[in-house]
Amino acid sequence: MSENNKENILSVSDLSICFKTRNGSSKAVDDVSFEVARGETLAIVGESGSGKSVTCYSLLGLIPQPPGVIESGTAQFKTGAEKRDLLSSNKATLRSLLGDKIAVIFQDPMTCLNPYLTIGEQLIEPLCQHKNKTRTQARKRAIELLKEVGIDDAETRFGSYPHEFSGGMRQRVMIAMALITEPELLIADEPTTALDVTIQAQILDLLDDLKKQRNIALIFISHDLSVVANIADRVAVMRAGQIVETGETQQIFKRPQHPYTQQLLASVPSGPKPTQAFQPGPEEQPLLKVEHLKTVFEQGKSGFFAPRPAPTIAVNDVSFELRHHEILGLVGESGSGKSTLGRSVIQLIKPTSGSVQLDGQELTQLSPKQLKPLRQRMQMIFQDPYASLNPRMTVFDALAEPLLYHRIATRKNVTAQVLALMDDVGLAQADIRKYPHEFSGGQRQRIAIGRAIATKPELIIADEPVSALDVTIQAQILDLILRLVEQHNLSMLFISHDLSVVRYIADRVLVMHKGKLIESGDTETLWANPTETYTQALFAAVPQRINEK
Amino acid sequence: MESSELNNNTNPQATSAPAEKGSSLWRDAWHRLQKNKMALLGLGVMVTMCIAAILTPWITVYGYEEQNLMLGASPPSAEHWLGTDTLGRDLLTRILYGSRISLAVGFIATAVALLIGVIYGTVAGYMGGRVDAAMMRFVDILYALPFMIFIILLMVIFGRNILLLFLAIGAVEWLTMARIVRGQVQSLRQQEFVEAAVSIGLGPWAIIRRHLIPNTLGPVIVYTTLTIPNVMLLESFLSFLGLGIQPPQSSWGLLISYGVETMEEYPWLLIFPGLALSITLFALNFLGDGLRDALDPRAAKD
Repeated sequence: MSENNKENILSVSDLSICFKTRNGSSKAVDDVSFEVARGETLAIVGESGSGKSVTCYSLLGLIPQPPGVIESGTAQFKTGAEKRDLLSSNKATLRSLLGDKIAVIFQDPMTCLNPYLTIGEQLIEPLCQHKNKTRTQARKRAIELLKEVGIDDAETRFGSYPHEFSGGMRQRVMIAMALITEPELLIADEPTTALDVTIQAQILDLLDDLKKQRNIALIFISHDLSVVANIADRVAVMRAGQIVETGETQQIFKRPQHPYTQQLLASVPSGPKPTQAFQPGPEEQPLLKVEHLKTVFEQGKSGFFAPRPAPTIAVNDVSFELRHHEILGLVGESGSGKSTLGRSVIQLIKPTSGSVQLDGQELTQLSPKQLKPLRQRMQMIFQDPYASLNPRMTVFDALAEPLLYHRIATRKNVTAQVLALMDDVGLAQADIRKYPHEFSGGQRQRIAIGRAIATKPELIIADEPVSALDVTIQAQILDLILRLVEQHNLSMLFISHDLSVVRYIADRVLVMHKGKLIESGDTETLWANPTETYTQALFAAVPQRINEK
Repeated sequence: MESSELNNNTNPQATSAPAEKGSSLWRDAWHRLQKNKMALLGLGVMVTMCIAAILTPWITVYGYEEQNLMLGASPPSAEHWLGTDTLGRDLLTRILYGSRISLAVGFIATAVALLIGVIYGTVAGYMGGRVDAAMMRFVDILYALPFMIFIILLMVIFGRNILLLFLAIGAVEWLTMARIVRGQVQSLRQQEFVEAAVSIGLGPWAIIRRHLIPNTLGPVIVYTTLTIPNVMLLESFLSFLGLGIQPPQSSWGLLISYGVETMEEYPWLLIFPGLALSITLFALNFLGDGLRDALDPRAAKD
């Protein structure tokens, strides 16, 4: 791919960075070397904490010093005939390069745009800063670029504020902003992680086109291997601050050399569910029966006097059944109402109308008191293991709470039960007195799962339980869930935006779009031939693994 | 993820984890507090002061109204360690007697404010919607009432009574506490761990007690340590207006305000009561800081 006539625009060698804290120093980046050429996309892949972002930010002088210390290394950046070492440049030089020759696209477009300025204002700022353009010239250029990144009606949108754009559009604005000074090197830090899969596909295409047209070098930081497979020319795999393997994309994905790369590739859920043990009897009564469920949110605050704006219909006339011992996948993009549906089923949100029956018993009409005994039988696993655990409760407290509250255990034997539960979800028993912040994301999710199965429920609603986790951890948690479902005879509604995860875990799948259930079916049947156009578009947008291409 | 060595421990009862009681947050906090030297010093000072205040009648040589007009205002000496005031009363004795009133007002009024404010704020924040709106408008109305008129009204209705003084101050100070707590709870309520608690089946009261209040402790403790000295000064203000305690009884606030009048001739009359208040304030601040860190498990472990 990288022909010999291509010159390296950036070559980093022997970069080492450590963070000094009062608990000693930790090495974030350890002897890292790589280079990027014009017109080339280098992907840096790694799990959280592997040092991939720190590596790139250090080149731009964006890591806080202290505590960060760049211990060694050079980063030669070549622009025109000039050659500069970014690491030894002073702040003023870096500033003039940054936003001019080098541009960055960040992960979350919402937090990177100033909500109080129009996007036009923010777009022309670097032009006026670096290129001494007048406002009129800059405006003209900005509008051209907005058109180029695919924003319709660019003249009008120029004066819009960030909140008036959707997530994907905002990311396009961010890309336009990065490109406006005609940079030669573009660093994209997880640019599509916050986006839906169909939008993600569009943004990736856009980045790829722009790179080719402008012959710029692109460093693409990502944790998502399937995204990387589609966009990168070369891949560098990082782990614990070191680059363990670098190579052409084809080579990395087809013949990974390093064991960690192999593990990483093996962890990506692919293919159908491993065990197809589930065979439901057709005559059997479903565990959960949802009929014409509708959940409407009142917009804004309902004050004493203020009139109410039009309500949003988050879940619109949804009916489905969940059979005993079945994992039912629920997929959809953000805002499709899938989380609201999950919460309405478990009565965390009171549905506006419709019926939810657990084992034949109607839930929607029950008071909180009447619901209490039923709560034992249905539990929820949340997306963010950092938010779903009370930071001031130890593992013991968190797991003992449901046991004691439902009088499953007494004060005397609760410790034994908690320890058994910890065993069940793969937590070390010695950690019983630790607080959530002392655990990694995967371990925290194990605690959350332990809490959910503590009361021996029959139904579990899992709302994106693995989305916040690294890919190797994700694989472990998925296998844990499959094992527990088997062991405890659970039924599960598994909500996810990640189609490959759903395919890996679910027996049947429901597809949700704009609050409505548009399609459902057995996982493999649906995968083979989706009927609805939206489902087809959804599946088509999933970045394909390179070996499936 | 889990080390095999730890998993070998298959007999659950055999683990040494002392995890039987639910109040582990507080016990852990106590362990952490013990490592914080400044907080312990603050705690020590506060305990000493409280003991001294309780034992005052037995440890003082002079009576608090025992005058020696011959002496007049005399600077510190062997007989009168901190000097005497214009009426020849021993200043140390008066400061000690004053500490009984000041500390009692400070702690009881603040405790009242804490109790009402935290519960009220948590309930308002947790319930949300109309309940919250109604509860907070009530707070706004009380805020809008001029403090003096409020206290005078209470005094007129219930008569002059030192207990009423505690209540009156507490009844005013809880308003800010309620607002702070409500804001905290509103953001906590959005978090998934509260949803998780609901899905376990916990009732509102259990959620408030177990999940919400412990997580509001940081700002509450900081505000409490600020409230105590505030309340002590408020007492002197009320006493100065004739609504609080009456001479010859004394409190730190009263001693300070007399001290200010005679500052130029007899500076010790201002310095020593002022010092007593400052030391208390410092001690409370260190203790409060220490408590806040100790109660937050996320604070760095040493």
